[in-house]
Amino acid sequence: MNQLDFPILSLMLAVPMAGAIACLFVSAQSARWIALGATLANLLLGILLWVTFDQSVDAPMWQFVELQQGLFGRFSWALGIDGIALMLIMLTVFLMLICIGVSWESVQKRVGEYMAAFLFMEVLMIGVFAAQDLILFYVFFEAGLIPMYLIIGIWGGAERVYASYKFFLYTLLGSVLMLIAMLWMIRDAGTTSIPVLMNYDFDVDVQKWLWLGFFASFAVKMPMWPVHTWLPDAHVQAPTAGSVILAGVLLKMGGYGFIRFSLPMFPYASADFAWLIFALSMVAVVYTSLVALVQKDMKKLIAYSSVAHMAIVTVGLFAFNQQGLEGAMMVMLGHGLVSGALFMCVGIIYDRLHTREIDRYGGLAINMPRYALLFLLFTMASIGLPGTSNFVGELLALMGVYQISSIVALVCTTGIIMGAGYMLYLYRRVVFGDLVKDDVKAMTDLSPRELALMVPLAAVVLWMGVYPESFLAPMRGDIAALVARTEAARPAGDAKIAMDRTDKTVSHAELGGESH
Amino acid sequence: MESLGVFASVLPEIILSVAALALLMVAAFVGDRAAGLVGWLAVAALAVTGLALTLPAVHAGGEIFGGLYRADAFSTFAKAVIYTAAAACIIVAPRFFAKDGGLRAEYAVLILLSCVGMSMMVSAVDFITLYVGLELTNLSSYVLASFTRRDLRSAESGLKYFVLSSLASGILLYGMSLLYGFSGTTSFAGVATALSDGISMGQTFGLVFILAGLAFKISAVPFHMWTPDVYEGAPTPVTAFFATAPKVAAFALTVRMAIVAMGPGMSSWQQIVIFLALASIVLGAVAAITQDNIKRLLAYSSINNVGFALIGLAAGTADGVASVLSYLLIYVVMTLGSFICVLQMRDSEGNQVESIASLAGLSQTRPGLAAAFGIFLFSLAGIPPLFGFWAKFLVFDAAVAAGLAPLAVVGIAASVISAFYYLKVIKTIYLDTPTGQFSTERNAFDYGIITVCAAVVVVGYLFNPLLGEASAAAAASLF
Repeated sequence: MNQLDFPILSLMLAVPMAGAIACLFVSAQSARWIALGATLANLLLGILLWVTFDQSVDAPMWQFVELQQGLFGRFSWALGIDGIALMLIMLTVFLMLICIGVSWESVQKRVGEYMAAFLFMEVLMIGVFAAQDLILFYVFFEAGLIPMYLIIGIWGGAERVYASYKFFLYTLLGSVLMLIAMLWMIRDAGTTSIPVLMNYDFDVDVQKWLWLGFFASFAVKMPMWPVHTWLPDAHVQAPTAGSVILAGVLLKMGGYGFIRFSLPMFPYASADFAWLIFALSMVAVVYTSLVALVQKDMKKLIAYSSVAHMAIVTVGLFAFNQQGLEGAMMVMLGHGLVSGALFMCVGIIYDRLHTREIDRYGGLAINMPRYALLFLLFTMASIGLPGTSNFVGELLALMGVYQISSIVALVCTTGIIMGAGYMLYLYRRVVFGDLVKDDVKAMTDLSPRELALMVPLAAVVLWMGVYPESFLAPMRGDIAALVARTEAARPAGDAKIAMDRTDKTVSHAELGGESH
Repeated sequence: MESLGVFASVLPEIILSVAALALLMVAAFVGDRAAGLVGWLAVAALAVTGLALTLPAVHAGGEIFGGLYRADAFSTFAKAVIYTAAAACIIVAPRFFAKDGGLRAEYAVLILLSCVGMSMMVSAVDFITLYVGLELTNLSSYVLASFTRRDLRSAESGLKYFVLSSLASGILLYGMSLLYGFSGTTSFAGVATALSDGISMGQTFGLVFILAGLAFKISAVPFHMWTPDVYEGAPTPVTAFFATAPKVAAFALTVRMAIVAMGPGMSSWQQIVIFLALASIVLGAVAAITQDNIKRLLAYSSINNVGFALIGLAAGTADGVASVLSYLLIYVVMTLGSFICVLQMRDSEGNQVESIASLAGLSQTRPGLAAAFGIFLFSLAGIPPLFGFWAKFLVFDAAVAAGLAPLAVVGIAASVISAFYYLKVIKTIYLDTPTGQFSTERNAFDYGIITVCAAVVVVGYLFNPLLGEASAAAAASLF
C-alpha cells in the first residue's frame, strides 16, 4: 500500500508532463525556468519517495502501488516500485535536474521545444521504472524514441540526421521483437501484471524464444557488442544533456529489463543463455576498451567506455548470485553518474572551444584548475578507484561472476585495467602537458553554474564509494528474492568458493586458502 | 407492421438516398452557387444517419429483404466509421476547390451516393447485394477522382481508376459466378453450407478470384498498382475520401465474406490472406522510401496499413475480426488527419504543393500544424504512446493468439522499414531548415478536424474499453 496519502508516482509523472506542455507555449527564458522548476519538484518528490520507502525486512516488495484496473481496456494503469526501481528513479530525477542546468546556456535554438522534449523524456523514464503492467511498460519504453530522436536530430551535431535515424531504427527493431514475446506471454499467463508474471513459470522450451525476444530489445538498449554501434554515433551527435541522459538513464533501461523481465520470468532460459551473455560481454570489454584507446573524439571515447562498463553489468546480472546482481546495480547507478559527469566535462570545454578533438586541448590544469580537479575525480571514478562509486559495483560484479567462472572474471578484469589506460591517457592529453595553444589559453575555469552542477555529482559519486550501504539497502531484499527465484536454474560454477562452507564433504584442503 | 420493421433496419440507407436525390435536385436547379449549402446539408444528412444508427433495429442483426441484407453490430460499426470519414471529406473540400473556380454542388451528392453504396457493401450477405453496393460506390468514385475537370492528372486518375477497377470487378464477378455454379446459391450462408462438407476445385477457384477482386478494392499487393497513381492524381479531399471510407467498406466486406461465406473453407483462403498481408506490408514499406510526393507516400502507407489489417483477418478468429475493425477505425483517424495536413500545404500564393521537400522546416514556420502532422506520422509508424501502436498491437495479438506467431514476427520486423519513411517525412518537418514561404492562411474547420484527430491519436487509449467492447460486439455478430 501507499505510505503516502497521495499517488506520488502518478504525480511524479504528471509534474514533468505539465511542465513539458507549458514549455511549448512560452518564451525561451520562461521555458528554462519551468523546466528547472519541474525537475526540481520531481527531485524533491523523489527524495520524499526514498525517505518514505519502507526498507525493513518484512516490508512488502512492491510499494507505492497504484492500480486503475482496466483503465485502458486490455491493460491497466498500474504503478509501483521496489528498491531496484526506486534507485533508478532517483538516478533519473537527479540527472534530469543536472541536464536542465547543463543546457541553460549551451542551447539557444528552439528552447521551449528542447525543454519540453527533456521533460517528456523524464516522464517516460520514470514510467519505465514504475510501470507494473507489461503493456504500460512497453508504451513508456518505446515512446522514449520520439523525444530522443528529436533531441539528437534537432539539437545535435553535424551528422545528427544519420545518428538519429540509426538510434531510432536500431532500437525500434529490437523492441518490436520483444513486443511479440510479450503478446505470447500475455496470452499464456492471462495477465499483464508484471509482479504476477515475475512468478509465473513459463514452459522451459518456450522460455528460450521469449528470452531471445526480450534479449533483442535489451541488448540493443544496453548496448551489448555487436549491436552497440548506434551508441557512439548517437553520443557524439547528441547535445551534452542528451548524452548525459542517454548514458545516464536510457542505457540503464536495458539492464533494468534484464533484471525485471529476463531473469525472474525466464530463469531457465537465462541460465542456458548465460554463456552467450558472458561471451558477448567478454568481447565487449576487451574490444571496446581497445577501440576507446585509439579514439580522437572525446565523446566517442567515453561512449565506447560505456559499452565496456555495461558489459560488466551484464556479467554481473547473469552471475545468478547476490554479489553479482548488487554489483550490476551499483555499476549501473555509478556509471549513470560518472558517465553523465564525464559527458558534462566534455560539454564544458566543448562550449568554450567548439571541438571535441582531444589533440586540440592540452594543459588545462594550468588555466582551469577546478575543472581539472573535478575531471580527475570522475576519471578516477570511471577507472574504478576505491572510494568511488564504480569500485564498489565493479568489485561486487566481478566477485559475483567469479563464482560462476573464473575465466570470465579474469577477462573482464583486464577491461578495468585497460579502462585505466584509456581514461588516464585521455586525461593526460587534455589536462596535462604544456599550455601552448592560444585559444586553449583563453579558456576560463568553471562558472558558478557549472560548478553547482558538477559538485553534487562528485559528492554522490564519493558517497556511493564510501558508504554504498545507503544505496544497497533498499535493493537488498528484492535482489535476494530474485536470487531465490533463479536459484533452481543457476548454472554450476567452476570456482570452489561458491560451495557451501558447512558442506562437510568439502575438505578444507580443497577449499585452499580461500577458506579460514 | 413487419414491412415497417424492414424499413427501420435500412433507415440509414433510406435517409442517405433521399438526401442525395433531394440535394441533387437542389444542385441541378440552383447550380454551383449552392455548393456550400449542399455540402453542409449533406453533412447534416450524414449526422442524422449517424443518429439513426443508434436505433435498435439497425444493429439488432435481423436479415431482411429475403436474406439479401443484414443490419447488425458489424455493419453498424463500419457504417459509423464510413459516415464520419465521409462527412470530414465534405467539410474540407470547399477550400481546396476554391483555387480552380469553386466547388461544384455535385461533390457532396456523389459522396452521399457513395455512402449508400458502402452501406450496402458492409450489410451485404448475398453476392448480388454485394455487387450492387460495390458498383454504386465505384461509379461515384470514378467521377470523384476526375472531379477537377481541367486538371490532366485528375482526369488520368479517374480513367485509370475506372479501367482497372472494372477489370477487378470482372474478376470478382467471375469468381462469384464460379462459386454460384458450384454451390447453387448466391447467399453467404448458403455458400458456407455448401463449403462445409469439403471444398471442390471449382469452389477454390471461385474463392481465389473473389479474393483477388476484393484485394484490388482494398489495394492489397499485388493488386495495388492503381493506388499511388489514383491517390496522386485525384483532388486531395477526394484522395482523403478514397483512403478512408471506401477502404473501410471494402475491408469490412472482405471480412464478412471471408468469415461468413468462406468460413468453412478457411484453410484455403488463410494462406492467400497471409501472402497478401506480408506482400502489402513489405512492398508498401519499401516502395514508399523513394517517394517524393506526399500523396504517393501516403498511398503506399495505406497499402502498408492494409497489410497490417489483413494480419488480423488471417487470424480468422473473433479477436482477429475485432482487431481489424479497431485497426480500421484508428487508421481512418490517422489518415484523415494526415491528408487534411496535406491540404494545408500551400505556397504563399495559395497553390497546393505536394512535394515532401516543401515541408522543410514546417515545425518553425507553422509549429502547430507540424506537431499534428508529426503525431500522425509517428502514429502511423506505430510508435507508442500514440494510438497507431494500439492498432498494430491488436492485430499482432490476434495473430499470436491464433498460432501465427511467425507471421507476426515477420510483419512486425517489416514495420520497422515503414517506420523509416515516416521518419523521413518527420525529419523534413522537424530537422530541416525552412526553404519556401508557406501560406499562413488558416481555416477553422480544417484545424478543428486536425485537432480532433490529433487528440484522438494522443489520448485514444482512454477510449480503449469502449472501443474494445464495440469491436468485440461487432465481431461477435459474424460468428
